[in-house]
Amino acid sequence: MTTAPVRDSDPAEVPRFPDPRSAVCPFDPSPALRDLTRLGPVSRVRSWGESTPWVVTRHAEQKALLSDPRLSARFTHPNYPSPVDPRHAGGVRPDMSFVAMDDPDHARLRRMVSGVFTVRRIEAMRPVVQRIVDDFLDRMLAGPRPADLVTSFALPIPSLVISELLGVPYDDHEFFQVNSKTIVSTVATAEQRGQAHGRLSEYLDDLVGRKTAEPGDDLLSQLAARVTTDELTRSQAAAMGVLLLLGGHETTANMITLGTLLLLEHPEQLAAVRDSDDPAVVAGAVEELLRYLSIVHLGRRRTALEDIEIAGRTIRAGDGVILLGELANRDPDVFTSPDTFDITRDARHHQAFGAGTHHCVGQPLARMELQVVYPTLFRRIPTLRAATGTEKIPFKYDAVIYGVHELPVTW
Amino acid sequence: MKVTVDEEKCCGAGQCVLIAPEVFDQRDEDGIVVLLDAEPPADRHPAVQESADVCPAAAIRLSTRG
Repeated sequence: MTTAPVRDSDPAEVPRFPDPRSAVCPFDPSPALRDLTRLGPVSRVRSWGESTPWVVTRHAEQKALLSDPRLSARFTHPNYPSPVDPRHAGGVRPDMSFVAMDDPDHARLRRMVSGVFTVRRIEAMRPVVQRIVDDFLDRMLAGPRPADLVTSFALPIPSLVISELLGVPYDDHEFFQVNSKTIVSTVATAEQRGQAHGRLSEYLDDLVGRKTAEPGDDLLSQLAARVTTDELTRSQAAAMGVLLLLGGHETTANMITLGTLLLLEHPEQLAAVRDSDDPAVVAGAVEELLRYLSIVHLGRRRTALEDIEIAGRTIRAGDGVILLGELANRDPDVFTSPDTFDITRDARHHQAFGAGTHHCVGQPLARMELQVVYPTLFRRIPTLRAATGTEKIPFKYDAVIYGVHELPVTW
Repeated sequence: MKVTVDEEKCCGAGQCVLIAPEVFDQRDEDGIVVLLDAEPPADRHPAVQESADVCPAAAIRLSTRG
């Protein structure tokens, strides 16, 4: 890989992106991805067909650009740098609600749901989450060994929590877990992803209708009330429901499994998380796990609405821009020895949840869930260990949300 | 130190509320920042500075009076 600056006019010199994943080290960005940092903070890559979007590799430029209203998050721009090959995408793009909108439309919809994620509300949910975590551990401990940590623990916990918050009947969990998984898979065909999204949308649309008739004490009922007052259409409310249901599944679940695996490989740090009485120690460990693991892969994707000068380059109006959070979180200018996993460092500047106006709306819930999960898991099962070697664990090299497909554990 | 917040930019992450609860709060309806103390005493300056640094939306501005 060349270290010379890449000229816009010389496509032969431009590296291809995304590169196939590498299993060299399952917890680190792939070598091909790291090579991009050598090209500089902002450089061209060749993506699908002849498209040459920009990739942004450093923390400072990513934070600046993600907070810049001259970048649009809409999927409909001609040069939007799609994470999947647009030539195979076909059909109608699923409605990703405010994730794919710009302010002020984005803020208007987002602020209809952000009130349930305040520090106060999330703290009030902590005992509920603790009870849910303990219940699933009781069940896992009573069951056979080895157990799959994904299906018996990591996935059902966030799934039940987001279902209760939204007011989605947990009895339907198999339906929405299976469809969520398909939507974030990169090996599923566009048609399969579209169908899975369609099934979830239809389900949420129906549920919004039922909440209008019989409201409960949940977020979907609040959205249904806004449909009645014409602040939202029913399909907008359903799309927001799908978004939150999706966001509450694969992300937290994969953090739980990968974080467990990483802590098992660092027994002294695991002991600190397990034995500390100080919530700040656990909270700090969660921040470092979020930074180090950076499970949102393939980049945050935007399109420039105006020319933007940054790091000596000019991103032209209409150009696609890909911001690689997993590289920002290993930026040596921000994190000393960034490739060292160290739960005592101050990792709070990480961009695991993005930055700017689209910063993950559910992150206070995710953080709290992880703060409950790790210490409880290792306190309740001090002898927990992987029942297979790391080399045999199936990592999700095929998903936009990184993790493992299954993790057999025993104790 | 004078603190100002930008409610338009604020993404309601609540990091400032966790770090400096005497200075920042959140609206119940949408989590947007509420400034409790625009001129906090000196002993709170480090926490306020940290809040501004960590804010994912860069919605907290600090200026020195003088």
